[in-house]
Amino acid sequence: MKRIKLNVNVWRQSSNEDVGKFVKYTLSDLNSHMSFLEMLDVLNEKLIEEGNNPISFEHDCREGICGSCSMMINGEPHGPQKATTACQLHLFNFRDGDEVYVEPWRAKPFPIIKDLVVDRSSFDRIIQSGGYVSVNTGSAPDGNAIPIPQKDAKLAFDAAACIGCGACVASCKNASASLFVSAKIAQLAILPQGNPERKSRVINMINQMEEEGFGHCTNTGNCEAQCPKEISISNIEKMNQEYIKANL
Amino acid sequence: MKLKSNIPEGRLEAKWTKYRSTLPLVSPANKKKLDIIIVGTGLAGASAAASLAEMGYNIKSFCFQDSPRRAHSIAAQGGINAAKNYQNDGDSIYRLFYDTIKGGDYRSREANVYRLAEVSGNIIDQCVAQGVPFAREYGGTLDNRSFGGVQVSRTFYARGQTGQQLLLGAYSALSRQISKGQVKMYSKHEMLDLVVVDGKAKGIITRNLVNGKIERFSANAVVLATGGYGNVYYLSTNAMGSNTTAIWKAYKKGAAIANPCFTQIHPTCIPVSGKYQSKLTLMSESLRNDGRIWVPKKKNDSRNPNEIPEDERDYYLERRYPAFGNLVPRDIASRAAKERCDAGYGIGETGQAVYLDFRDAIKEFGEDTVRAKYGNLFDMYNKITDDDPYKTPMKIYPAVHYTMGGLWVDYNLMTTIPGLFAIGECNFSDHGANRLGASALMQGLADGYFVLPYTIGPYLSNEINSEKIDINHEAFVESEKSVKQNLSNFLTNEGTSTVESLHKKLGDIMWNYCGMARNKQGLLKALEEIKNLKKEYKEQIIVPGSSKELNLELEKAWRVEDFIGLGEVMINDALSREESCGGHFREEHQSEEGEALRNDDEFTFVSAWEYNGEKDPKLHKEQLNYENIKLTQRSYK
Repeated sequence: MKRIKLNVNVWRQSSNEDVGKFVKYTLSDLNSHMSFLEMLDVLNEKLIEEGNNPISFEHDCREGICGSCSMMINGEPHGPQKATTACQLHLFNFRDGDEVYVEPWRAKPFPIIKDLVVDRSSFDRIIQSGGYVSVNTGSAPDGNAIPIPQKDAKLAFDAAACIGCGACVASCKNASASLFVSAKIAQLAILPQGNPERKSRVINMINQMEEEGFGHCTNTGNCEAQCPKEISISNIEKMNQEYIKANL
Repeated sequence: MKLKSNIPEGRLEAKWTKYRSTLPLVSPANKKKLDIIIVGTGLAGASAAASLAEMGYNIKSFCFQDSPRRAHSIAAQGGINAAKNYQNDGDSIYRLFYDTIKGGDYRSREANVYRLAEVSGNIIDQCVAQGVPFAREYGGTLDNRSFGGVQVSRTFYARGQTGQQLLLGAYSALSRQISKGQVKMYSKHEMLDLVVVDGKAKGIITRNLVNGKIERFSANAVVLATGGYGNVYYLSTNAMGSNTTAIWKAYKKGAAIANPCFTQIHPTCIPVSGKYQSKLTLMSESLRNDGRIWVPKKKNDSRNPNEIPEDERDYYLERRYPAFGNLVPRDIASRAAKERCDAGYGIGETGQAVYLDFRDAIKEFGEDTVRAKYGNLFDMYNKITDDDPYKTPMKIYPAVHYTMGGLWVDYNLMTTIPGLFAIGECNFSDHGANRLGASALMQGLADGYFVLPYTIGPYLSNEINSEKIDINHEAFVESEKSVKQNLSNFLTNEGTSTVESLHKKLGDIMWNYCGMARNKQGLLKALEEIKNLKKEYKEQIIVPGSSKELNLELEKAWRVEDFIGLGEVMINDALSREESCGGHFREEHQSEEGEALRNDDEFTFVSAWEYNGEKDPKLHKEQLNYENIKLTQRSYK
């Protein structure tokens, strides 16, 4: 365990209408085993005790799975460590005296609510447009009735591991949601259960994505590089194939 | 208050089938006229909302997160149990039922648990049909693994992210109903009060967490699916937002809380590293399939674990429980770790940790096989601790994980307030004094998909004729007024203590006196301390900002206030239960070997606590009748 000092520059914005700005906070004597969010907790306690407003940021499970946390750290979604959400980023990844910049996701379909908190309900609406299998409770056949090759189950799982955090959008210069949308489309296209609605699903979800104002994919690949769950960009290729087939 | 369990007559095996086939139905035309509020969108809440919407009811669904997909069920790692017997190892509904009752140390209802085991198979079918990518064998059939407290392989899993995959399945079903307009979804809305009219639950008051607006919602029934209250201990494996507010408000309006002191302390979590710690991270119990737990035989042994030779290691679980070894139930594994650490054999900087070692598994199966099974868990461990578990044993210590207690419900999952139902972790129903691994997901989905959609029928079939309640009814007005008053009290208080600092204080009281081991003297001290804390909280807290905006401190303020109230009831419960059972270990009641001693003659009952104003809560008892299982001292030796 080490003790380090950080200069943390946090984006402060009281509402969507407000013009935000960076505010610099210096924190010394930080335990290097502390998580990045725990560092913000420490800062917030200090701010409250001094009579100031604490920094608003999304977080919940702090285990890297709920997808709540969402912040750019030094220009990268969730910070510098590969395949890691902000809540699982620990200070041993920083050096004593480092200058750190923390910002919200920046994309038109993710309007800022306050400080680092953005509205990601557009993701929910995309899933509502077709990211499901239409099967009512009680109507399912036995779980082993349809064998699924292990390889396919693994591929479907890899796509399904998406946590819906929005890092792909934040990392993309076009603010495209293609990685998020394609992960769901690919999961359900690989599995036989998704087959009956395969065509309508891809069309509806892509239409919804555009309606929400997300940009197009230009294959720069930053989404894959920044995804905390390492969702593969090959899903986008799969989505595009599905889309073409659906329109034939 | 009368506790009527409403368990149907008849043989255990026939109760549910017969009851389900004879309970009153609501006609499709009438379902359209009935509104149901469901609070919480985890496995129980999302599956119930989707299923009831499919049946034709109008659903209003609420969650405090920014999306229903973020409910804390998402973090469940290991798996979900079901009595499919796909492995041909002698599993059956009866065996799952028996294991659950025994694992719960004989403090749950036979009929409820049997029903749970009965519907478990359907859950797997339903999830597979939704496209949940469970692990599979080469031949394409579903794979299983074993979990603590049982000797069959009945746990279905999706790598170490089973909860995520099941929740996304339920979320997709919910999303489908939202798109159809059958569910109206209110994200970022937290329930701050229950509205009761003429003794029946008729609605809720919520706060829109984004703009602070206080809103009223009415319905013919209210379902709580708000999860567990482990954060009463401050440090737990629960999500930061997981809270007790919904069930606490229900309690204050007349819903009894049952067995609140039954808390599950999970044996394999990453140990506390410092005072700033905000939460604890679980390492899935599935790791105990291949990992071996040990401490050095020498006290305060500071050698590198890899340099400690075999004969100087104490594999204490294998030594004490040769039949189950590292796979004993959670309560037993946790206590055994505490016993070794208290005796001075703990490892690491704090001495509050034991080793979980994969050396032998890697030697036997190879690193690739171990990586395939546990890779994501090992990575997570590495990210948090900066240690490589492929090379050096993990350090683990028990942490608060799950609360078996919760709102008291009858066989229909209805609380003591007519029209108020509780499902999933927020009820007390199926796990007795200790939950088995991979059974929380099973219970959440059983309640939501296959039990509540039927058992809510008898109540609603009588609701068709009752008048729709207007949200301008005085009960709503009163309720909203008290909610607003409470929030304004927080914001105008001129204290100096942050909510967080007092939450930590509460956590210390609960962990030290009402944690892994409890005794009368400590609990009495805790009661005194918590009364003082209540007073301090009222006078000393400081909450910045206003009520008309996103205000995370204000959210914490009401949640912690309710945790303090609940903590007091938990301590009362722990004091009154003069026996050791499951997660409740009273030091006065143990065998010479340190094993828990139940007192079946006097305590084979459910403790249900009734709110009693400023006075101590009132205890009611529901006697548990075992007609099929003989109560024995639990042995895993």
